[in-house]
Amino acid sequence: MNALVAELWPYLLLLLVGYLPNEIWRALGLVLSRGLDEDSELVVLARAVATAIIAGVIAKLILFSTGTLAAIPLPVRIAAAVCGFLAFLGVRRSVFVGVATGEAVLLLGGYIFGR
Amino acid sequence: MSTPAEPPAISSAFFRGVKSAVTSVFFLVLLGTYIGIGALAHDYGFSPWWLALSTIVVWASPAQVILISSLGTGAALIEVALAVTLSAIRLFPMVVALLPLLRSRTTRSRDLLLPAHLTAVSMWVESLRLLPAMPAEQRVAFCNGLGVGYQTTAVVFGFAGYYLAAGLPPLLAGTLLFLTPMSFLISTARNSRQLVDRLAFGLGLVIGPLLTLNQVGLDLMWTGLIGGAIAYGIHRLRRVTK
Repeated sequence: MNALVAELWPYLLLLLVGYLPNEIWRALGLVLSRGLDEDSELVVLARAVATAIIAGVIAKLILFSTGTLAAIPLPVRIAAAVCGFLAFLGVRRSVFVGVATGEAVLLLGGYIFGR
Repeated sequence: MSTPAEPPAISSAFFRGVKSAVTSVFFLVLLGTYIGIGALAHDYGFSPWWLALSTIVVWASPAQVILISSLGTGAALIEVALAVTLSAIRLFPMVVALLPLLRSRTTRSRDLLLPAHLTAVSMWVESLRLLPAMPAEQRVAFCNGLGVGYQTTAVVFGFAGYYLAAGLPPLLAGTLLFLTPMSFLISTARNSRQLVDRLAFGLGLVIGPLLTLNQVGLDLMWTGLIGGAIAYGIHRLRRVTK
């Protein structure tokens, strides 16, 4: 019995402190989007808020990296993001070209300047 | 459970969604991100099945990283739940912006349960880009295909990362982790066609780090509210003066 509890405990934790606190925001969105038109002003505002949050997440991941990415110096990470973005703008607004360029700059810079 | 046979247009919309998922740049992003998360789960001693289930039920990489690293270091459960819920606030405006695109006159509310659950940055960005050109009655099936395609990718590469763990040199592991911010940066920029979206995007990039540097609590929530409100305000002002 105790062995079974020990086996299932991580799964119970996953549901209680992972699934529920995360899913509640999707459920709230589902309820509150009822009756909204795709062109309504509230939807435009919601999109602006979501876009700003995602932008904030992106900037934080690049500037305040943790784990293995933190071993690559900050100027290299910023240069990689800027080069990737410029490549995207320059080459037919291709996401693939932008991401590949950014990754290549990061790999090269990390190889030369990394710890 | 038996479901009535679906018209061919609907099931083909689902498979077009799956196909869009595995041929988009996010396929590579999820590959990189979930190899990283798989390695993390291995380091903290979770089972690969636990990781797969967390990908299916949580389906948000920041929340999963928080969950694994904080549960793994024995943080207080209430603290873990709080950190997860704060990281998930962004899902709320995303769902509110996405579902009205999916709702047609024949859509039942329960049809929207799955698309709401599958909403994550990858699926949201691609849906907002591809749905407007699509007939209304095919959109739910397409979105589900897109989400299921992305989620399957994430589960498979989570397993891969779990078993690859520790085998990767640090520079390569760092490059994989960089895939997430790099691709989010460019795909969100590509999706921002209207002034209001571009402003929100630019403001978020600046406000987010500024709040973090000043150690403001709930920084991402404030980034969204301040950046989103300013962008929306300018959008309204321009319409009034026009």
